[in-house]
Amino acid sequence: MLRTEEMLLNVGPQHPSTHGVFRLILKIDGETIKEAKPVIGYLHRGTEKLAENLQYTQIIPYTDRMDYVSAMTNNYVICHAVETMMGIEVPERAEFLRVMAMELGRVSSHLLWWGTFVLDLGATSPLLYAFREREMILNLLNELSGARLTFNYMRVGGVKWDAPEGWVDKVREFIPHMREQIKGYHDLVTGNEIFLNRVKGIGKYTKEDALNYSLSGPNLRCTGVKWDLRKNEPYSIYDRFNFDVPVREEGDVLSRYHVRFAEIEEALKILEQCVEQFPEEGPILAKVPKIIKAPKGEAFVRIESPRGEIGCYIASDGKKEPYRLKFRRPSFYNLQILPKLLEGESISNLIAILGAVDIILGEVDG
Amino acid sequence: MIEGLLHDQAGLLNFVIFFVLGAVLLLVILGFVTYAILAERKVMGFMQMRYGPNQVGGPWGLLQTVADVLKLLLKEDTIPKLADKPLFILAPVIAFAPSFMVIATIPFTDKLQFADIGVGLLYYIAVSGLTTIGVVMAGWSSNNKFALLGGMRAAAQMISYEIPLVMSVLGVVLLTGSLNLNEIVSAQENVWYILLQPIGFIVFFIASVAELNRIPFDLPEAENELIAGYFVEYSGFRWAFFMLSEYVYMFAMASLTTVLFLGGWLPLFSFLDFIPGAVWFALKFSLVIFILLWFRSTFPRIKADQLMEFGWKVLLPVALANIFLTAIIKSLF
Repeated sequence: MLRTEEMLLNVGPQHPSTHGVFRLILKIDGETIKEAKPVIGYLHRGTEKLAENLQYTQIIPYTDRMDYVSAMTNNYVICHAVETMMGIEVPERAEFLRVMAMELGRVSSHLLWWGTFVLDLGATSPLLYAFREREMILNLLNELSGARLTFNYMRVGGVKWDAPEGWVDKVREFIPHMREQIKGYHDLVTGNEIFLNRVKGIGKYTKEDALNYSLSGPNLRCTGVKWDLRKNEPYSIYDRFNFDVPVREEGDVLSRYHVRFAEIEEALKILEQCVEQFPEEGPILAKVPKIIKAPKGEAFVRIESPRGEIGCYIASDGKKEPYRLKFRRPSFYNLQILPKLLEGESISNLIAILGAVDIILGEVDG
Repeated sequence: MIEGLLHDQAGLLNFVIFFVLGAVLLLVILGFVTYAILAERKVMGFMQMRYGPNQVGGPWGLLQTVADVLKLLLKEDTIPKLADKPLFILAPVIAFAPSFMVIATIPFTDKLQFADIGVGLLYYIAVSGLTTIGVVMAGWSSNNKFALLGGMRAAAQMISYEIPLVMSVLGVVLLTGSLNLNEIVSAQENVWYILLQPIGFIVFFIASVAELNRIPFDLPEAENELIAGYFVEYSGFRWAFFMLSEYVYMFAMASLTTVLFLGGWLPLFSFLDFIPGAVWFALKFSLVIFILLWFRSTFPRIKADQLMEFGWKVLLPVALANIFLTAIIKSLF
């Protein structure tokens, strides 16, 4: 008789497909996963605790480092929370700049996801094509904020810098270019038989599961739940724009792929309308006190980041630092369903499923 | 000349001649590998809007691979503490040696061939199968779980793809009536076998990509899943031996494809026969290599279970049907 035994396999924290320092302890039988246990915390920097000793403006650069692929949304959520507490009216021009920056960030975040996801499946070229377009977006955001990744762009009451001359036209030119490139992406990858075999029907979960695990963003919308905070609880000036919330019914990896691509298209639609309606003149920063002190009390705001609902809770005792700051970080919540999805899958499927969740470890570990 | 030497009495002179010839061939192949790696990086670079190597050895990076090999030679050679030491050391040699042995039978032109064996094709397929033993040995002896998974995948893949590979060339053998590679080329004087055996060619090409462990069939070393698969614990020149065997196989397999289906050294049209056979061979050979590189930068990787399913349920029946069809057509006409 042959003696067979289960094998304990450590995937990560140093593994090419865990997108950072994520670790999975797998119990495998051959290549079939019996049990998966995620271990997180390798990138924990204690953002929330650090924030208790920082003034509100000083917290903003720390949020850049949470979801470092889409830092603009993180900037926005902290500013939005403080503005809500203080009741500050943000000037229109600033809101437009914020929305444009966030939507550009959304496109670049999904592009990065696409490139790395397809790279995980073994295709090397798409990553470089995705980076070509992402580079254009980073250049645009760089012109706006002076940084390429950790923007530190928004302030309580508005934004730090005005758009340089001709910037809006550059965004206007970028939109049709991006649409053209998306067609190329679909030609290269989406129709590929090998690709479809890798992703179709893999990592499936139902609407109920998604809601019970408190998933959000594309991970939720791929099961048919039409929930997007930009539409359902409009913040900033999103109620002015005309756009759809892309939804798929299947709940598998392929549907998440399609949802993200459709979201790029919708983000481009929003950008197009922003460019048209952009106010020529106006202040970019509301009149706010020199030292920002949130009034005594608490507030929770949530917005739609590329990865899902990012929330910010502030409890203040009226000082210039928050008493307690808490972020609802979507990657962290989205990751919870992973052990359930991985049971009974093979190692190749693990890569596809993990990739499709779209985690950013900086955000998972906080 | 070689035939004459083979039938001569064994002596020191014969040995020296064979040794020198072998060494020359080895150097030629090493030269090829050096520039195949460069070509791969350059072609992939162009397809991905990058430059590829352009620093060492002029704007074309002509000395890049040489520098890489030197680096590998100087690297520390690590053997894991709990590895099975003799097997660990032996594995790269066993993986590499057959890849070089198979080259002996390949007719590059009607004159340039090192061993004109009657069953050349059989010899090629039999010897090339040995490499997998080295790969499985490496996977097992490393005492690393990723390496083990890679080794197991390699064994499974080899079994499932060697069979369609053999079956697909049987059509060619039936048409020629010989296993001798020289005769197979000569039989393509009028029309290449790619036209007479299109199904056989497609099956052969897919199976040969799988044999070469290249994308989309590079499961044993799947970087994104198994980190590097069976050679994850190897470093320095032992690692280089695995890479070397991979590229030498690419050389051998592209040559075999040229010989079996693209008419070897024969010109495209007979009025073009003033161009030497070696040039024709090189052209066709480069085309096959380019297609392999093109695959690499385009396709994602297939899944292990789909790979098996595809091998047994699609390629094998198609290859068998091809043999059947070929036999019927041959006996009718």
